[in-house]
Amino acid sequence: MSDAALDRHANPAGGSDGLSGGVIDIRDLSLTFQTADGPVYALSHVDLAVRKGEFISFIGPSGCGKTTLLRVIADLEQASSGQISVNGLTPEEARLNRQYGYVFQAPALYPWRTIEKNVMLPLEVFGMTAAERTARARKYLALVNLAGFEQKFPWQLSGGMQQRASIARALSFDPQLLLMDEPFGALDEIVRDKLNEQLLRLWAETRKTVIFVTHSIPEAVFLSTRIVVMSPRPGRIIDILDCDLGDNRTLDIRETPRFLAIAQRVREGLRAGHSYDD
Amino acid sequence: MSAAAPSRAVPRKAGSTVPVLVITALIMAAWYAACLPMNNDLPQLARVTGLAERYQVSWAIERPVLPAPHQIVTELYNSTVGTRLFRETADGVVLNPRNLVFHAWVTLSATLLGFAMGSLLGIVIAIGIVHSRTLSKSLMPWVIISQTIPILAVAPIVIVALGSIGLTGLVPKAIISAYLCFFPVAIGMVKGLLSPDTMQLDLMRTYNGSVAQTFWKLRWPAAVPFLFASLKVAVTISLVGAIVGELPTGAQAGLGARLLSGSYFGQTIQIWSALLFAALLAALLVVAVTLAERLTLKAMGSRP
Repeated sequence: MSDAALDRHANPAGGSDGLSGGVIDIRDLSLTFQTADGPVYALSHVDLAVRKGEFISFIGPSGCGKTTLLRVIADLEQASSGQISVNGLTPEEARLNRQYGYVFQAPALYPWRTIEKNVMLPLEVFGMTAAERTARARKYLALVNLAGFEQKFPWQLSGGMQQRASIARALSFDPQLLLMDEPFGALDEIVRDKLNEQLLRLWAETRKTVIFVTHSIPEAVFLSTRIVVMSPRPGRIIDILDCDLGDNRTLDIRETPRFLAIAQRVREGLRAGHSYDD
Repeated sequence: MSAAAPSRAVPRKAGSTVPVLVITALIMAAWYAACLPMNNDLPQLARVTGLAERYQVSWAIERPVLPAPHQIVTELYNSTVGTRLFRETADGVVLNPRNLVFHAWVTLSATLLGFAMGSLLGIVIAIGIVHSRTLSKSLMPWVIISQTIPILAVAPIVIVALGSIGLTGLVPKAIISAYLCFFPVAIGMVKGLLSPDTMQLDLMRTYNGSVAQTFWKLRWPAAVPFLFASLKVAVTISLVGAIVGELPTGAQAGLGARLLSGSYFGQTIQIWSALLFAALLAALLVVAVTLAERLTLKAMGSRP
């Protein structure tokens, strides 16, 4: 099926030419895991270009390779074939140069460190001075509305607050690229809505390029400027949708026809790519 | 008004004091009851008739097969509080060898030295195993085999071998003690150093953190709770190691020496009191480690 689809995505909507001004450029990327039960095609012939300042969501059912793709960009997995560049570098060079901040599915805070010290962790690794570390921790904790919680330990905070702290940690060294792997997946819907709003505000303030993995259609539509719809077996991109709902979105936007139309298209895309036979 | 208060008082929270006291009382009763049958064949009881009298005598024999608890406690009291702690010699004031505290200190110093050496060795081995596939393959079998050899067989070899190169006294005992106690520390620390989850490790990877940074900022702090759990086991068996180390040479000082000389001369009460003192010492050591654990984990923000 994929040839026609691939051609469409080689030059994705918006018309950016990949390398020029592109933050991420992925061409014909495949990743196969060799397991005891034979090869698993986690990613198959993926093409994608991400421009600076975009908010891109990867959406799809479990096993569609959305997290794997994010991990390839982060150099936490290595592609089997194909080309990928991150800020014009290989993913490994980008990682070694600390060009991205990564937010995991769980907060992954170190429980023996205070919230402030957790935010300082990357800064310590990078060898920043104590004064600089303190200033940055203060600044980014305030940015995620956690001022006053600096000296608390992670267990003293709610799940949503912990995930905000982990976002502050990812922002603390001011990377231009933010990779987020289902960061709000474990949270209840009310907290998730609130954090989505805050994330959007944060994105508007910082204008970072964000790649956001989710399996929630409303979340993807609400946050993104573009939505990458993925499908499993083999993991591949089946559609890329523009999501031009404009800036200054509020939660109310989810009731608008425009929002619902995009959500419907995403749902159709997911349905088309997902065979219910197995 | 105040008179009515006690009946309406909040019922006391069930603690562990009462059950412990009940069990202790039961053990004591069984012990006292066992004194007569155990000592039945001793000459002191040959001419005594009447159950009550026979029991009374069985609890006060000088060198019984099984001494009564109060005899042990009395001996313990006499050999500690009841004996001068210090003695003046030509070299100055030293601990009095007639006092059990002197012997306990001899054993304790070997225990602490052995505990320190063994724990350090266990930590170093664990770090090696966690960071090197070669070491984990080559070292782990030896670590396990080392513990299958009975310490009672190893102890004399170590003492004699070290004695032949002029090393006697504290160090050989400490080495036996370390030999025993490195094992739980090594095993616990391997588990502890491997305890960080994938996300916590991936996080360090995204920062391009070095192996040393990953160790100090992630693996080591994650392993600390495991370390203390191991240290609690290690500290008691280092005491056992130190006592065992005193047995094969017929040492003159130490709790092990007291046990040995007690058994030579049939001084069962002395054996039991040394045993009780060793148990108290072990309890004290565990309490000390637990206290250190609490303070450390509190500083590391653990949930109270």
